[in-house]
Amino acid sequence: MGLDLRIPVGTLFAVIGVLLAAYGGATLGKPGTAPTGVPINLVWGLVLLAFGTAMLALARRARRAARGNSKPDAEHGPRVT
Amino acid sequence: MTTLRAIDYAVMLLYFGFVLGIGAMLRRYVHTSEDFFLSGRSIPAWVTGLAFISANLGAQEVIGMGASGAKYGIATSHFYWIGAIPAMVFVGLFMMPFYYGSRARSVPEYLKLRFDEKTRGLNAISFAIMTVFSSGISLYAMGKLLNLLLGWSFDLSILVAAGIVLAYIFLGGLTSAIYNEVLQFFLIVFGFAPLVFLGLRDIGGWAGLADRLAGVATANGYAAGAYTRSWTFMGSASANPVGVEWFGLVMGLGFVLSFGYWCTDFLVVQRAMAANSMTAARRTPLIAAVPKMLFPFLVIVPGMLALVVTSTSTVRSTREPVAASVTSAPTPEAPDAGPGLVPPKRDARTGEPLRDARGRVVLDYDLATPMMLVHFFPAGLLGLGLTALLASFMSGMAGNVTAFNTVWTYDLYQSYVRPAAPDAHYLAMGRFATVFGVAISVAAAYVAASFNNIMDFLQLVFAFVNAPLFATFALGMFWKRATGHGAFTGLLAGTLAAAIHHGLSLPAGAAVGVKGGYFGIVTIYPSELAQTFWTAIVAWLTCFGVTIVMSLATRPRPPDELRGLVYGLTAKPIDDVTRWYERPATLALVVLAGAVVLNVIFF
Repeated sequence: MGLDLRIPVGTLFAVIGVLLAAYGGATLGKPGTAPTGVPINLVWGLVLLAFGTAMLALARRARRAARGNSKPDAEHGPRVT
Repeated sequence: MTTLRAIDYAVMLLYFGFVLGIGAMLRRYVHTSEDFFLSGRSIPAWVTGLAFISANLGAQEVIGMGASGAKYGIATSHFYWIGAIPAMVFVGLFMMPFYYGSRARSVPEYLKLRFDEKTRGLNAISFAIMTVFSSGISLYAMGKLLNLLLGWSFDLSILVAAGIVLAYIFLGGLTSAIYNEVLQFFLIVFGFAPLVFLGLRDIGGWAGLADRLAGVATANGYAAGAYTRSWTFMGSASANPVGVEWFGLVMGLGFVLSFGYWCTDFLVVQRAMAANSMTAARRTPLIAAVPKMLFPFLVIVPGMLALVVTSTSTVRSTREPVAASVTSAPTPEAPDAGPGLVPPKRDARTGEPLRDARGRVVLDYDLATPMMLVHFFPAGLLGLGLTALLASFMSGMAGNVTAFNTVWTYDLYQSYVRPAAPDAHYLAMGRFATVFGVAISVAAAYVAASFNNIMDFLQLVFAFVNAPLFATFALGMFWKRATGHGAFTGLLAGTLAAAIHHGLSLPAGAAVGVKGGYFGIVTIYPSELAQTFWTAIVAWLTCFGVTIVMSLATRPRPPDELRGLVYGLTAKPIDDVTRWYERPATLALVVLAGAVVLNVIFF
């Protein structure tokens, strides 16, 4: 039993990503939301979402592998015992 | 003054929630003092590696390196590619076997095992004082910045940030600090990356930046490439904005200061000691070196951009421009604004911009990166950027607090106050030390707010104490003849030599006082950094020499007592990884090659 750090990190970034992307989508085209012509909230929100999802996917894969092995592997995730 | 929107606050609150949540979740894994102070030595290398770099990625890094970027240009990268990477490789490959292998629970404890009680005591006391004051100084900087930028209350900002750090360390100990440092690492990266992206886009990429900085360089009397080339102009101190020549730079920064920090500072070494195996401990600084090598692009480039981005460029702002208010911060459009986005320093009483001896406006470089944030980021992203800034303050502070509570509990309390108590007692003391460590930090922040000179003075004393340290550790680890008496007198002599050298020299244009010259002026250095580097070199050489002479004059310890503590009396560590690319030596080669390539690109 332990806390895989990738779960909180992944969740936080996925949530912030959704928040930023939604806000960016809702304010699209409004003045002052696109510095240097890039709708940065939307773009960066999606980047954060992708990163968060990737972290969660890695954590999930590690958990499956650990269950398959029944033996937790230190390489597959931070565990505090 | 910038006002935030609901979306900005939402991002910030989310972050606070996660940070506290991690602390709360980790609470149930803390049963012994070893769990609390050393994470039960159970953390995998990638986590300790990112925490290693994040504990160092405090405000000093994000704000300070941005400021240096605006002041010195890309030459600031010397603090990374010369001033960090070689030392990080060295500590991982050669020193970690002794730190981790000796089972010492702290760096001062290693000194006790290797030398004697007095050497440990000296190191533990100076380190404990230093950590609480450093975290106080950075709290003060944070409170001041948030007040200036957002108009937040100084008291409230300090108390909330300190309270959150206190809560998560109190609950989950070092593991909680380490986990949050990794979270903070990613926040800082993702919070600042868009700043560099937008800034470079605005100015026409690296070529556009170099072009405009060439103008700044010639205006300041340097060759056109002085701000965008890191080595070309290091031949003489007057040819580059850093004011240092290559020898002082390589020896002072690259050798003495850098090795002294990365190889002996418990704040970073503690992260590696929490690793789950010897190989993981050795890989910790090497993994950390990879992002460290790339940080110049994240933290220095915004500062360089701030110098040349103009407030009237294509970027707009829906928010009110950062306007004069309580704090009398300048509007970017104000006629007396500095070049780019960097505002001038102002007289605290009159509000007039300060001018140097030659009548030029003195710039407040510490605001370079924060001004970039409010200039480029729209609502939403601004929340993320400010959260990243807060994260950097908090990770730096947490690093100090966890190092302090460990050294206090193991090296001072257990050694001198109450030895041989049950483990639960030390665990409770660790939690208690976290509370008063944070309390002293907050008090120090207020001292800094009312007497700025006291803090300058303290930092000076710390610099004297730290400068000779690496000589002691290098001799201790690699020369079995070094003795406790030798180490102790060497450290004292090195510290004294630093103070004397500093007292006899002065940077050009500075007044006698905290900047030096208090014993009479023998040498004038072209810049404060040159003086700092040479002070370190003198301290190191003195400590090295005195330790050797005193060691030869005193009785050595029998070799049997030094097994596991000294090179030559310790078995070579065996890598417990199967894949070749996971080996510490392979990683070290990759990291060093990367540093060489970066130096060549920006030569």
